[in-house]
Amino acid sequence: MIRMIEDVFVKNGLIFSFLLVGVMMLITEYLSKRVFKNKIPGVALAIILGLILAGFGKEKGISNIAVFSGMAILGGTMLRDFAIVSTALGASFEEIKKAGWIAVLSLFIGILFSFCIGSFVAIGFGYHDAKSIATIAAGTCTFIVGPITGNAVGASSEVITLSIAAGVVKVVIVTIFTPLLAKRIGLVDKNAAMVFGGIMGTTSGVSAGLAATDMKLVPYGAITATFYTGLACLVCPSILYPSLKLILS
Amino acid sequence: MKIYGVALLASCYFAGLILGEILSNIFNIDGNLGGVGFAMLFLILLSDWLKKKNLFHVEYESGIGFWTSMYIPIVIAMASIQNVHAALSSGTVALVAGTVATSLCFVVIPVLIKLTKKNAEQ
Repeated sequence: MIRMIEDVFVKNGLIFSFLLVGVMMLITEYLSKRVFKNKIPGVALAIILGLILAGFGKEKGISNIAVFSGMAILGGTMLRDFAIVSTALGASFEEIKKAGWIAVLSLFIGILFSFCIGSFVAIGFGYHDAKSIATIAAGTCTFIVGPITGNAVGASSEVITLSIAAGVVKVVIVTIFTPLLAKRIGLVDKNAAMVFGGIMGTTSGVSAGLAATDMKLVPYGAITATFYTGLACLVCPSILYPSLKLILS
Repeated sequence: MKIYGVALLASCYFAGLILGEILSNIFNIDGNLGGVGFAMLFLILLSDWLKKKNLFHVEYESGIGFWTSMYIPIVIAMASIQNVHAALSSGTVALVAGTVATSLCFVVIPVLIKLTKKNAEQ
């Protein structure tokens, strides 16, 4: 009997994930109001709950468990990107143009900044070869840039895994701390959201953090963050890796 | 018809991703170069243009709006499929690099935001 019911959930994974996320939001919304007195947004709590659930699974989080496999469809890249693009309908082109040059500047500063810190940490942990250092540093930009750079420069798979992990750590931190720090760092308007996306870069973290802060800011942060990933995939293997090699030799 | 709005969104999505794919081919890189960002720009420009021509129906907006409202649930689902174990256990380098870089980013951001504000006032 239990097997039969479980089968229904497994076969209809995506629909089950709607139910699951709905229940998660219901619980966290209640906790936010009653326990945390609206100090921590319900969405932020729901995301933290999601991260805790992810701990029960393996490399694909909770979706490694058959009943929860639908979470991988709902939270996968395809629907995520589709939903991110849909948020652009509320965005104004004028606002984006207004923040234009500072947004572009923040992209370059953000990539260079994360890459440098990642390099320092890698060197501090005893890595000497430019390939490994560049890969870990690229992972510090985002978990997509890490493996792309690693493959391009021919780093070992162990280092590539590390670079992905560094990127995921960034996602987790940005997700949890953005709503908590938003007011303190001045993340209150559209311009600020574009700078934020340009410096942090990690699309998953930025969009999740902004969603928990203020839904209106999502498109502005997401647009610079996606260009960050694109630009970082371009400059990490082609400009930053050779520069790093030159400096190290 | 709401589906026209969703189809419009889908067309921008593909236009953006294909452009990103072409760019990544030109620069010889795996992955997609800013495809989602281009898709967002296309949707902003196309919907603006349609609104000016009075061709953008309210219904389209609600079709696209459904996906915007699904965004937070999607993000929560996304959080639940992260490789949290690898992030916490695959080595202190990853943990330290990710933590230090992100914390310092949080320090730099207010400085840049203030710069934008000053610039806007001038």
